[in-house]
Amino acid sequence: MNMLAEAAVEDAINRDSARTETVKMQASGVNVFYGEKQALFDVDLAVRKNQVTALIGPSGCGKSTFLRCLNRMNDTIDICRVTGSITLDGEDIYDPKIDVVELRARVGMVFQKPNPFPKSIYENVAYGPRIHGLASSRSELDAIIETSLQKAGLWNEVKDRLNEPGTGLSGGQQQRLCIARAIAVSPEVILMDEPCSALDPIATARVEELIDELRENYTIVIVTHSMQQAARVSQRTAMFHLGRLVEEGPTGKMFTNPEDKRTQDYVTGRFG
Amino acid sequence: MAQHIVTSFDEDLEHLDRLIRDMGDLAAAMTKAATRALLHADNALAQRVVSNDVVMDARQTELDKSAVTLIAKRQPMAQDLRAVVGAIRMAADLERIGDLAKNIAKRVGAVGKSATPHSLTHSIDTMAGMVLDQVQAVVRHYVERQPNALVELRDRDEKIDVHYTAVFRELLTYMMEDPRNITACTHLLFCAKNLERIGDHVTNIAENAYYVLTGSQLPVQRPKLDETQMTVDS
Repeated sequence: MNMLAEAAVEDAINRDSARTETVKMQASGVNVFYGEKQALFDVDLAVRKNQVTALIGPSGCGKSTFLRCLNRMNDTIDICRVTGSITLDGEDIYDPKIDVVELRARVGMVFQKPNPFPKSIYENVAYGPRIHGLASSRSELDAIIETSLQKAGLWNEVKDRLNEPGTGLSGGQQQRLCIARAIAVSPEVILMDEPCSALDPIATARVEELIDELRENYTIVIVTHSMQQAARVSQRTAMFHLGRLVEEGPTGKMFTNPEDKRTQDYVTGRFG
Repeated sequence: MAQHIVTSFDEDLEHLDRLIRDMGDLAAAMTKAATRALLHADNALAQRVVSNDVVMDARQTELDKSAVTLIAKRQPMAQDLRAVVGAIRMAADLERIGDLAKNIAKRVGAVGKSATPHSLTHSIDTMAGMVLDQVQAVVRHYVERQPNALVELRDRDEKIDVHYTAVFRELLTYMMEDPRNITACTHLLFCAKNLERIGDHVTNIAENAYYVLTGSQLPVQRPKLDETQMTVDS
């Protein structure tokens, strides 16, 4: 290889690592309390831009609680209190000046069970752009609906029946509809709370393929109980246990040679 | 190591370990018997080694099948994943050791009784002893989970290589002394080479076992010293 080519390769590598190493969201010293009970202890975690970060750990370990802190979903629970700081592009999302509705448009969420509104497929996706005033005309809105459904890999299946109820779709289609709904407001980060746990393997594969494509444009944080799914879709994995972040690292290492005994026991199915 | 929540998972992994242990024992037994047959011109024993190779192949097939089934059923992670992948690789090396022992056994008839001078017998005997120790030790260290012992074992392979070079030179001398020795000595040379190759497979097993136990790869092996190559060239 000549010098020029070498330099080009090195350049590409640097660019790539710079791109992947940008921190999109940073949690520092995050504690969460539900009333008296502390659910999260001093969590520090960086969510890298255009990467999929998987949160794993046994039930009740705090991974969903942590996920919900990232777009202040925990605000909806009265007794819930969050301390520490979480930033989005360096900006504290718990700052009183932050508009929570706008925050949730920037940090979207997809839940475990597909939960389409009891409205048409079209209206399901149109809801967000409408309340955020993202489209000034019907044709603009139509365009947003089409691109969102396309990005969610659902367009071809529903384009001829946009006025049928979203609840009439299959489970896997409903989940992709929810993803379309989440991306219709052009979020920067998408949070997914076990998005495939109610889906069959084929629908799961579709959603996983979608996650991989979405990574190009979005930053994704996914909570999953399937170790294989975490290994397949994520670039980084964080392991939670009893409200603490036990270990975080490149996914490949987490599943072949984890450092922490608790991670080892969990990923190999030895947790007592 | 704590047990799996699913106990049959532990049983499956233990089954793989048991097969590796069996194959290791068989490889050692075959190596021992093959050299014994060679040094004592014992055709019956040689025949037994040849038939043992069928058993060895069957064990490897069984291990492969069990490992593939385990991966499909359990989707192992971390140390379990390493154990399964490592077992497949180690089994392949053990099976090759079996082949090499069989190859030695097959030469027993061709070498015959008369051609082997006593000092040479002694020399090959020593080399075979070293190789046999390695074969026995590698599986033992793996089963007893001793990664550091595996590192030392790998380093000892160099001694076998040095010894092989010595045997090679000795054989050359005999062939030059009396060309009637050439056929027998060539067969013996192949046997010595096979023993040296067995040592190399033991080295591979040690490296795999080390990875299974620790999760990290051993640093790349030292540059190989092949003095016989130089002797041939010069």
